[in-house]
Amino acid sequence: MSVPRFWRKIPQRYNLEGTHCEVCGRYFFPPRNLCPDCRRDGRIVGHTFEGVGTIVTYSVIRTASDQFSDLTPYVLAIVELKEGARMTAQVVVENPEEVFIGMPVKAVFRRLGTDGESGVISYGTKFVPA
Amino acid sequence: MRDVAVIGVGCTDFGEWWDRSFRDLFVEAGVMAIEDANLAGEQIDAMYVGNMSAGRFIDQEHIGALIADYSGLATENIASTRVEAACASGGLAFREAVVAVASGMANIVVAGGVEKMTDVDTSLSTDALAGAADREWEGSVGATFPGLYAMIANDYMHRYPLTREQLAQVAVKNHYNGARNPIAQFQKEITLDTVMNSTMVADPLRLFDCSPITDGAAAVVVAPLETAKKFTDTPIRVLATAQASDTIALHDRRDISTLDATVAAGNRAFKMAGLERRDIDFVEVHDCFTIAEICAIEDLGFCKKGEAGRLTEEGYTALDGDLPVNTSGGLKACGHPVGATGIKQVCEAVLQLRGEAGGRQLDGAEIGMTQNVGGTGATVAVHIFGRT
Ligand SMILES: CC(C)(COP(=O)(O)OP(=O)(O)OC[C@H]1O[C@@H](n2cnc3c(N)ncnc32)[C@H](O)[C@@H]1OP(=O)(O)O)[C@@H](O)C(=O)NCCC(=O)NCCS
Ligand SMILES: [Zn+2]
Repeated sequence: MSVPRFWRKIPQRYNLEGTHCEVCGRYFFPPRNLCPDCRRDGRIVGHTFEGVGTIVTYSVIRTASDQFSDLTPYVLAIVELKEGARMTAQVVVENPEEVFIGMPVKAVFRRLGTDGESGVISYGTKFVPA
Repeated sequence: MRDVAVIGVGCTDFGEWWDRSFRDLFVEAGVMAIEDANLAGEQIDAMYVGNMSAGRFIDQEHIGALIADYSGLATENIASTRVEAACASGGLAFREAVVAVASGMANIVVAGGVEKMTDVDTSLSTDALAGAADREWEGSVGATFPGLYAMIANDYMHRYPLTREQLAQVAVKNHYNGARNPIAQFQKEITLDTVMNSTMVADPLRLFDCSPITDGAAAVVVAPLETAKKFTDTPIRVLATAQASDTIALHDRRDISTLDATVAAGNRAFKMAGLERRDIDFVEVHDCFTIAEICAIEDLGFCKKGEAGRLTEEGYTALDGDLPVNTSGGLKACGHPVGATGIKQVCEAVLQLRGEAGGRQLDGAEIGMTQNVGGTGATVAVHIFGRT
């Protein structure tokens, strides 16, 4: 992914800044500017997520693209945040065998990967056991 | 709306073709389909070409015009349109062709699909394919396609009774069928051990749970049913065309191991055709990974959630079973040139209904179905076909 495209979303990526619909109460991460339930009747405001949640499902990635190949094997998971939104992220553990569905996790700030061509290192949110 | 029929089909051999280019492949499939329909080039009104990512795989865009040109139709100035919906590009190209003929806007339309994936290495193809998911919030954190389907598999296995062996049986069955299909990339039967001992790609999915990286093209010709008999003795009627969408990212789905777009497109197709599940004699589903076939059988309504693994193990979906699934070998054994797959599924349905499926021919098949998925289920196309 290009550098500007990644950087544009840095506050969201680094600090888990998402959105919240004040009409129906839903929380969105990744952020949405239009609530799928209320659409134009919704009222969207910013919301910084606490960064705690549980693992809904996961896998251990062993074949990756260049950007992530130096990290393999790594754990990829869908995490449900306490506020209800779900996001995809890596889970950092000593041993992938530790991970299980329902595992409580919390967000940390880590290196995500390296862009082979430009050598730019990207950072973002990963999770560790809580 | 007019009734529509498929009057010609053509498909290249699927595989890794160092010596054949993107345009070679498409032209070969297109010419086969046009000859099969006994057509002259100038009779064609329009073309729709399914292609996911020529821009990433071969640095070529403007595929509609390129294909029309190398098919020798530039001088006819026909309307040619590229259709993109990741791995469902072919299914959607077919649907566009059917809609064009049904509406009366066109009479003879070619629907094709093509992908040339092996000019780049696995790392780049893995990255290009990840573009079928959400690049900003899935791909950018390290999600691969096998990884996303592996997360579906783990969610599924956590909630329903599905054993690792039942999952592997999907691949064993599809390789058995592929061994009877002369265009298949893998024409080799395998055993449960082959799957269980193959390299882990994304837990719990192993190499033999995955569809491969493939070069290939397929094309079909559609025409109004009322004139179809002028071209062929065995026109195959399109009984339903349906399409549905869902969230681009897997994490936003209502239910991770139910493809709601398959449920919606399936229901719409059955309604349009006025048919019940039991009327379907066979189905080609989008088994990009073994777990995807399990979900497809259930989400199309052929059994309840959690039952497809047992049915597969019992042979219900085998070539001689009650509901043969993926007689072509599916994406697993026949191969998965992403843009071409949806059209190849149509070719297989037509061959079965005409009785021309050779060593994998079903007895007396009257009605067949195809299900083509884009991404992890953000786009689904479902079609139903019948003998005339
Ligand atoms: C699974 C995958 C990563 C394997 O790629 P790879 O490790 O680079 O494999 P290679 O091309 O190096 O092939 C190694 C061997 O395995 C075989 N092979 C490759 N993919 C295979 C598959 N899916 N099933 C069975 N055998 C396969 C090759 O024929 C080759 O055999 P050989 O050594 O006898 O020649 C790759 O096929 C893949 O990404 N598949 C998924 C495609 C996808 O996501 N499609 C979109 C889905 S919606
Ligand atoms: Zn709302």
